[in-house]
Amino acid sequence: MAINWFKYSAPTTFYGLAGKLIPFFAWPSAILFVIGLYIGFFVAPTDAVQSEAYRIMFIHVPASILSMFIYLIMAGYAALGLIFKTRLSAMMAQALAPTGALFAFISLWTGALWGKPMWGAWWVWDARLTSELILLFLYLGFISLHASIDDIRRADKASALLAIVGSVNVPIIYFSVKWWNTLHQGSTIKFSGTSMHIAMQEAIFALLAACWLYVIAMSLARVRSIILEREANTTWVNSLPEVRS
Amino acid sequence: MKKLSLLGLLGLVIRRDLLLAMRRRADVLTTLIFFVMVVSLFPLGVGPEPEMLRKMASGVVWVAALLSSMLSLPRMFSADYLDGTLEQMLLAPQSLTALVLGKIVAHWMLSGLPLVLIAPVLGLQFDMSLQALWMLVVALLLGTPILSMIGAIGAALTLGLRGGGVLVSLLVLPLCIPVLIFGAGAVDAVNSGMSAVSNLSLLGAFMLFALVFTPFVAAQALRISME
Repeated sequence: MAINWFKYSAPTTFYGLAGKLIPFFAWPSAILFVIGLYIGFFVAPTDAVQSEAYRIMFIHVPASILSMFIYLIMAGYAALGLIFKTRLSAMMAQALAPTGALFAFISLWTGALWGKPMWGAWWVWDARLTSELILLFLYLGFISLHASIDDIRRADKASALLAIVGSVNVPIIYFSVKWWNTLHQGSTIKFSGTSMHIAMQEAIFALLAACWLYVIAMSLARVRSIILEREANTTWVNSLPEVRS
Repeated sequence: MKKLSLLGLLGLVIRRDLLLAMRRRADVLTTLIFFVMVVSLFPLGVGPEPEMLRKMASGVVWVAALLSSMLSLPRMFSADYLDGTLEQMLLAPQSLTALVLGKIVAHWMLSGLPLVLIAPVLGLQFDMSLQALWMLVVALLLGTPILSMIGAIGAALTLGLRGGGVLVSLLVLPLCIPVLIFGAGAVDAVNSGMSAVSNLSLLGAFMLFALVFTPFVAAQALRISME
């Protein structure tokens, strides 16, 4: 039997699939959020050096990881859309951008809250803080370029090109800011083992998974809205039960 | 019709853009005046202590250069877009990438080069040492072409949009941060008695990297905007 690999690359079919998939990501995400936050705030022991304030990292670390990762995924979808001219890829890129910007913002905000008791300053011009801020600027640039072009096909292509240029530039920006100034502590989780307590690890991985599932559920929900918005004049959208009622 | 060589095409585009700019000198001059003004405002804002001015001079000049090059970016393609020349350029049998490179070079000669030439005078206002002044000129000479090259992508993407001027700064400024860091860093290195070779090498590397890729990307952006 031949499988049609591209069946779900059409917005028409993907709309239904995305609707069926959302609960499978949203519910585990919610449950993992509860578990992760519970372990993080009640089970994990107080840190020897940073006392209670270190618990901010349970939100901060997943948000930072995802803010960077989402940009790469977004640029990947943008490239797919530009190369294969698949409409859905551009819609996915557009759907991911606000969530990425949100995580970049949360990462900066929680970082400031953590920095005040630890470093004695809300903001330090350290390499990671600065490049996270620049990442937020890149997201905002992507969103505002897309928003200011009326022709939707041109908007997709132009912002896709911008996302690709940005993703080439991200490592350059990261290293130049790093050589410029470094104050931030190094990573504690390494592939060779870690110095963290087991409960802290559990909390951080649970919350990372929760955020990850949240991103998937959220972008699927947003892409459904984008599909409806762009295909508002087609018969298949107007014959949908949720549109007709 | 005679087939143009690549260099012939480049020369033709550059000569044409320079000639057009010479017919309207005010556009070029306003950018330059803006640059001088922004730099001169800083001492008024932070105070006239020579010690502090010496320290911040390179950063101030670089930020001002960044801002004034943003100011001239929307003009890179807009006149040609409005009178239909750009459409003919896209249809031309010659490579669009080479054409865009020509326009970038012309843009740099009109907006980057004047800044490089006037920067030492502004440096004197900030009481910079002779070595620091030299380094500022060298760093600007290496860095300002990158601003025009990255800027060309932004200018092409925002062609003909409402509020394109602000938008282009929003897109291009974050991408120019490495240039700012190493450009200002080169002068700081000289000030603190270290070698600026690493900063200059990185700037040079950026310029070559940008020279290879940005004309092509900007040409693609133009095609997207002109569809």
